[in-house]
Amino acid sequence: MTTVSDLSSAEPVPNPNTTTIGRSSGPPTSPSQCRQRRPRSTTLRRMTLNPRRYAHHRDGVLEREVPIPTVAGASCCPDFGRLDRGLRLEYTSSQKFRQTQRTPTSMANSAIPQTRKTLHPTKYRESLKPGTVLILLAGRFRGKRVILLKQLTGGALLVTGPFKVNGVPLRRVNHRYVLSTSTVVNIEGVDSKVIEKVSEEGYFTKGKESKAKGEEAFFKQGEKPEKKQVDSGRAEDQKAVDKALLASIKKVDNLSHYLGSSFSLRKGQQPHAMVF
Amino acid sequence: MPEAGHRLKHLSYTRGKRNTSPGTSLLKLEGVDDTNAARFYCGKRVAYVYRAQREKQGTKIRVIWGKVQRPHGNSGVVRAKFRSNLPPKSFGASVRVMLYPSSI
Repeated sequence: MTTVSDLSSAEPVPNPNTTTIGRSSGPPTSPSQCRQRRPRSTTLRRMTLNPRRYAHHRDGVLEREVPIPTVAGASCCPDFGRLDRGLRLEYTSSQKFRQTQRTPTSMANSAIPQTRKTLHPTKYRESLKPGTVLILLAGRFRGKRVILLKQLTGGALLVTGPFKVNGVPLRRVNHRYVLSTSTVVNIEGVDSKVIEKVSEEGYFTKGKESKAKGEEAFFKQGEKPEKKQVDSGRAEDQKAVDKALLASIKKVDNLSHYLGSSFSLRKGQQPHAMVF
Repeated sequence: MPEAGHRLKHLSYTRGKRNTSPGTSLLKLEGVDDTNAARFYCGKRVAYVYRAQREKQGTKIRVIWGKVQRPHGNSGVVRAKFRSNLPPKSFGASVRVMLYPSSI
């Protein structure tokens, strides 16, 4: 390998226009090289992964700028013998592009944790179709058999007893806390306008917002909790929805008895072996 | 609640011959004797219910909640992780398996 020695001088001096970074880069030849503890690419990666931790890095750049190599012929004559196996930072066009992407503002913004998650619509099980009879598994009405009216957003299902049959009102229920049975009730006659009104976002949470918070709540702690006032509108919506349901339930033998009874596991019954 | 309280026995912690790992418990359901049947219960919530002397939050009954993780072995035993590890005095005691989160 005589080409290299022809270009450079007798003693081994690393090319001043390139930078060798890495643990085994030999003795540092300039003061700035001493400060470097880890390769710049690693630092940048760490900063993206832990933006809060590196928020103090002002513009995402270490103190020392790594210069761009400009020596002609350096790339075609690799200096095998002289320099050790450090990373030679020769800027390829892609690296230069990445350089410019990490602008001061973008690094500052990445100090704020940005979520890369996208909200997808809930995927409900195939067995959860409107009209299915469900068994509620938890909560106040556990064990009750109810009719599924509609799939709402965010994992919720709109459900009704009907109220006259088993005391379950129009209610939201999480789809995972429900067993679906193979029994299906005809819900065609149900007033769809009322159902849409009930499926609106604020319908079930309206009353909760008016709860006093902060100082008022602190003073109110000693007093008895106010009895929950239910909108009279709710009762009307309930009646409107249940009217058609009750009619279709009566057409089927024993269905109202079925919906009125509760589900329970008895001794010897194995849920994994049961067909619902 | 019967529909939620299918009982199983807390057998032991996961362990090798001489060392136990109390982080995960082994539970055995009656009537569940093979891995396929045990798979039905994976992901279901589990509760160890016990009584204590002092009343807390209005009751002397306390619960440690957990989840069934995966089957263990070929005979229907199941691994579960609880919010805090089950106490060793619960070996042989009943633990309740819920039917939720349900996939039916």
